[in-house]
Amino acid sequence: MARVSETILKIEGLTKVYSGAKGTSVKALDGVDLEIRKGEIFALLGPNGAGKTTLIGAVCGLVRPTAGSITAFGYDLSKNWRSARARIGLVPQELSTDMFETVERAVTYSRGLFGHPPDKERIAEILRSLSLYEKRDSQIRELSGGMKRRVLIAKALAHEPELLFLDEPTAGVDVELRKGMWEQISALRERGTTIILTTHYIEEAELMADRVGVIRAGRILMVDDKSAIMQRMGTTEALITLSEPLTELPSAIAAYPVTLSEDGRELCYRGGAVSAGGAGSGSEEVASLTKALIAAGIDYRGIDVHDSSLEDIFVDLVSGKEGA
Amino acid sequence: MSFNPRFNLRGAWSIYQRELMRAMRTAFQSILSPVLTTSLYFVVFGTVIGARMEPVAGVPYGAFIIPGLLMLTLLGETTSNSSFGIYMPRFTGTIYELLSAPVGVAETLIGFVGAAATKGLILAAIILGTATFFVDYQIEHPIYAIGFIMLVTASFSLFGFILGIWADSFEKLGIIPLLILTPLTFLGGTFYSIDDLPEPWNTIALANPIAFLVSGLRWTFYGTSDVSIWTSLGLTLGFLALCTAVIAYIFKTGWRLRE
Repeated sequence: MARVSETILKIEGLTKVYSGAKGTSVKALDGVDLEIRKGEIFALLGPNGAGKTTLIGAVCGLVRPTAGSITAFGYDLSKNWRSARARIGLVPQELSTDMFETVERAVTYSRGLFGHPPDKERIAEILRSLSLYEKRDSQIRELSGGMKRRVLIAKALAHEPELLFLDEPTAGVDVELRKGMWEQISALRERGTTIILTTHYIEEAELMADRVGVIRAGRILMVDDKSAIMQRMGTTEALITLSEPLTELPSAIAAYPVTLSEDGRELCYRGGAVSAGGAGSGSEEVASLTKALIAAGIDYRGIDVHDSSLEDIFVDLVSGKEGA
Repeated sequence: MSFNPRFNLRGAWSIYQRELMRAMRTAFQSILSPVLTTSLYFVVFGTVIGARMEPVAGVPYGAFIIPGLLMLTLLGETTSNSSFGIYMPRFTGTIYELLSAPVGVAETLIGFVGAAATKGLILAAIILGTATFFVDYQIEHPIYAIGFIMLVTASFSLFGFILGIWADSFEKLGIIPLLILTPLTFLGGTFYSIDDLPEPWNTIALANPIAFLVSGLRWTFYGTSDVSIWTSLGLTLGFLALCTAVIAYIFKTGWRLRE
């Protein structure tokens, strides 16, 4: 695998203001700073309208930044954009392709457009890796939605980019295909391609990404290694169903981060997050909590424990519950 | 790999090839329909009515209208073809690829305009070939004719390009060729010599820039024209330069292309 220390893309103070009708303006990006390391898979998470697509557009030349600088491969994008763009690939969110073109011709065109000499063998290899080879002479309009998306990926890969942007690569793709796409993305990373993807499926980021960035309202809220985020912000939740309802929280367990449900039948434990001062080991604390309950003579019928996923963290983060 | 950071020749070539390919795909619309339309003009004006007409400026009427009819088709086809060529990618969203590619205004224009000029020459050859079935004519200055046709198609493909970027609906896309180009070409001396018009119509007709194009093309055919060939050439070059400047400005500001 490639070294993961070298910076391949550096974004500083990137701001994009859209001026709307009647003098209104919307800040789609608000002073974004971001560094992408060579060889990594970076997942950009954020709700709709957070600025994910605008951010990608600014790097790929679809959006003119209002302020800030972008450096890719050491090239300043406002100056040496040709050299930088020749090494960047983009798979857009929308399924926009030339419907009447055949698969092979469309992919060959993309390769030429990005300045590469024709290479039938290389194109065939790309098509095979995306299971499109059999369809190479079909018009794109004849293909299914999943195949069209793969055509877009093939077009983006035609010039063998070192940095690949995937804007919602698995949106509207069924479970089977999504798994296939994850495998393809992993395979690309194995070959040394740096990948930046945006996604709505947190599961996807959790599964694939080395690092995760969370964006909301044009601001990057947090960037970190996925495992570090999980450890730092992950919480454990335990729901203890009591045999007999309680009227108030027993003093024996008052030291734990526990709340009693209104009907007094359930105890809810929520803790363990490093950021909340926990030990990062919620399950241990739950074990000691249950011992304390028994010692206090409080019986229970069941315990349901679960560690929060990246999704829970994400939902908390974008809804502004936890300041990172 | 050697990649020229100043000019992406392969990119321009790819656009050129693709634009020609697109014309082949829509060969019926791009080639057959103008041939049919011009044939109808030749039948009606050249053969049927032309037989009853006096020669104009020493040229038999059927032959006299050929340059004008050719210009009529070239302007219409080139403008609509080129405007569609850039409007459709904007409409369907496929323009993202062009915008994210290492191609600038130079590569884009060379690709688009080169293809348009090529298509223009092919179309002209087909129309002139068709014309031989209906009327007798000869071309006095063939080299000038080819050069002038290329120049005019290049200019109007640039004009169409601007139109395709400006338009935000199919209606607007069709309105300029329909409401401006066709009437101006009809009134621009396609069917008559502007010299034969009485004053003040003669002066008014010369305010129509397309009259200079028709006149210029007619000179390359028959050596006679309403205005000097150099005026026609100068005007066309000026129009070419103006359109290029407008497009360069559009690319620089990203108007209707980049958000």
